[in-house]
Amino acid sequence: MGDETIFEFLHAEIINYTMNQNEIKKSDCKDEELSDLEYIGFTTGFKMIERLTKEMPRFKDELDTMKFICTDFWTAIYKKQIDNLRTNHQGVYVLQDNSFRFLTKISDGRQYLDVAPKYVGFTCGVIRGSLANLGINSIVTAEIQNMPLCKFHIQVQRN
Amino acid sequence: MSRSTARIDVKKVNSELVTLTYGALVAQMVKDFDNVDDVSKQLERLGYNMGIRLIEDYLAKTATGRCLDLKDTADKIQSAFRMYLGVQPNVANWSPAGDEFSFILDTNPITELVELPEEIKGLKYCNIICGVIRGALEMVQLDVQCWIVQDQLKGDANTEIRVKFIRRLEDAIPAGED
Repeated sequence: MGDETIFEFLHAEIINYTMNQNEIKKSDCKDEELSDLEYIGFTTGFKMIERLTKEMPRFKDELDTMKFICTDFWTAIYKKQIDNLRTNHQGVYVLQDNSFRFLTKISDGRQYLDVAPKYVGFTCGVIRGSLANLGINSIVTAEIQNMPLCKFHIQVQRN
Repeated sequence: MSRSTARIDVKKVNSELVTLTYGALVAQMVKDFDNVDDVSKQLERLGYNMGIRLIEDYLAKTATGRCLDLKDTADKIQSAFRMYLGVQPNVANWSPAGDEFSFILDTNPITELVELPEEIKGLKYCNIICGVIRGALEMVQLDVQCWIVQDQLKGDANTEIRVKFIRRLEDAIPAGED
């Protein structure tokens, strides 16, 4: 499959679909709204990583895994690397993408900030799914203050 | 970087990403609806929405003009398949009247890695393609019907998508003008 346009349109339609579905289900809790979208991303990421890392050596540690997500994985999916990775070495990672692919065409600034969460829900799921398949349970959230810059917060769950 | 990026084939990844994302979506739909026919209908609608946007992209990238006849249309859709899905379907089975034809795909990228469980055998998994074709053609004033005749997921040798020309759409007069 050659073209990324397909992926972008498919992504847009998935958002469209899940939002419609939510209206039908009439979930009154705001957090519920993005959960289907996130779940679709989760399954995608989960399967994706399985195929990507098939012939790779084992990751050394958590940080090594994160580095892989930021570089190779991100390049494979979003055609660029994560611009900045930060961590407090206690299980919190912040991945910063200065021009996130799904936001670049929407706005350059604060306009449409209210709809932005819809466009990152899928990706949060993808990250969570990939990490889950690499043995890291996490919570992934996104923070957008100024499009198209997007920060993904990964909180590793230890038990 | 310690790991070589060269091992990841970007083109292949992109294709699998679409396949897997689509698969996840269908799985979600099957969960949302009790009826597989409803899922098929939704997929068609979704494809339609994609098609009406995709045609813009296609026309811009290929700088193609208006279609002279249905034969020409078929050729152009064939090239669109190559462009967007990376497969080259055969155009075959023209009806005697020349208003119906089929695309035969021997490999179907969106059904790679897919197997239909017994209880949803009725699902038209590739219905999205039908929707895309219908939506895209509607934007160039062609009303068509599109459906799946053969499906590899159901044990057929090929995937066959049938297109039937219904009518040419007329440009509507803009509101407020006589």
